[in-house]
Amino acid sequence: MRFKQIGIILETDARTIMENIRCQPSSLTRPDGSATFYEGDTTVVAAVYGPTEVKLSKEQIDKATVEVTFKPKQGLPGCAEKAKESMIRSTCESALLCMLHPRTAVNIVLQEMQDSGSLLSCCINAACQALMNAGVSMRFVVAAVSCVLDSEDQIVLFPELKQEQDAKAKMTFVFASNSNNVVLATSSGIISPKLFQKCLITSQEAGTKTFELYRDWLSKQN
Amino acid sequence: MAAQFKRIQLDAYYSKYLQRGRRPDGRALDAFRKTILNVGSIRTADGSALVRLGNTTVVCGVKAELAAPRPDAPTKGYVVPNVELPAMCGPDFRPGPPAELAQVTSQLMLDVVRHSGCVSEERLCVADGELVWVLYCDVVCLAYDGNLADACVVALLAALTNTRLPAVTLDDETKRERVDADVRVPLDVLSYPVATSFAVVDERVLLADPNAEEESLATAVVTVVTLESGQLCIVHKPGGSPIALEEMERCIELSLARAKQIRQLEKETRLSLER
Repeated sequence: MRFKQIGIILETDARTIMENIRCQPSSLTRPDGSATFYEGDTTVVAAVYGPTEVKLSKEQIDKATVEVTFKPKQGLPGCAEKAKESMIRSTCESALLCMLHPRTAVNIVLQEMQDSGSLLSCCINAACQALMNAGVSMRFVVAAVSCVLDSEDQIVLFPELKQEQDAKAKMTFVFASNSNNVVLATSSGIISPKLFQKCLITSQEAGTKTFELYRDWLSKQN
Repeated sequence: MAAQFKRIQLDAYYSKYLQRGRRPDGRALDAFRKTILNVGSIRTADGSALVRLGNTTVVCGVKAELAAPRPDAPTKGYVVPNVELPAMCGPDFRPGPPAELAQVTSQLMLDVVRHSGCVSEERLCVADGELVWVLYCDVVCLAYDGNLADACVVALLAALTNTRLPAVTLDDETKRERVDADVRVPLDVLSYPVATSFAVVDERVLLADPNAEEESLATAVVTVVTLESGQLCIVHKPGGSPIALEEMERCIELSLARAKQIRQLEKETRLSLER
């Protein structure tokens, strides 16, 4: 999805976002909560177990311990997977009301089904939907948006694999639903601060549209 | 009395100071600790640097080795950064497999090298498809008092700038390399990325260059890596409490200012060494 006017999302493109992002809640029967999240062709299945029993070594007396496991489609989990898990865990920890469930654990398991770009944002969105499906109390819900700056300095949201590889700079932002503030921001690649701000603002608007989508899905479920 | 209060309720102790716009160690909220840089002290390494950021002490040694290139990049050499947090650097670290902080910081170092283009991988190539330079950059933390990322990036770049590679030629007939250890060529460092980290305490207050105590209180940490051109190389806020867009802008502004200071420091250190 290209945005010719940097910083403002056109209505036609907003519709494109709505069409490409889909979610299948309760896709698994055994976990407390689950969701399959689709961003274009990228698919991630998330399962949540919790609040449940925690290992003594990981027990925290005042809040729940959030554990995230990310399983790549092929190969064994390595350093890059550990970094993803760490980011997803920090995001979910700030979103969940951990203080309500001391000395427990909330386990989030993410399985990559297909990676066609924007994987981190798909994982975080899937985790959030699974947490909502499990009914774990949250301070706010989160929307993750992937963004790249292509060779012509155009902003592309939710890029595909080829667009990601050819991009000058790759970014993922996560926004909170109550304040629209930035929960997570990772950017790699050389970019001017002005363009970075524009990408941030554009992603924030896309985040707002995603929250509207979430509300839509929830109302349809009930 | 104050010492007991600090021990029992660290967050309340800090709030009292932050309300007045100061930190317990006397710094302003956006002030950085004293930075000391020392290069070339390890004679057995091809390049080295020692950095002290307040009490955080980090040493980086660069060893250059010759190897066959990776099959997917036959004309490029490569840089392998590794960050170690041995048990001596602080009470929170035990001997054994690398702590998560060490792994995450190693990944950050790799991203900095890759995305800033500070070392040209093509120039590390000696003979296409056969022989390339591999730079093993080992960063060891000697004392940990917060803000590992900043100290490691400064140490890494200073060590790379200090690195001198021996002249190598590949004999076409015998296919054996000839290394002339006496002739040393300085490594070409094309850009100088500088990392600046901030901690968010109490979900509102932004503290630059957090020490270990402040990091333990932090609800979020932001790291910004900037280049001399004033452009951003990496922005890293791995989750934690949400911050407003204006706070993010402020982090970037402060990072650009701080980066100038660090580059000036590195330049002065290098010039004093040459004298």
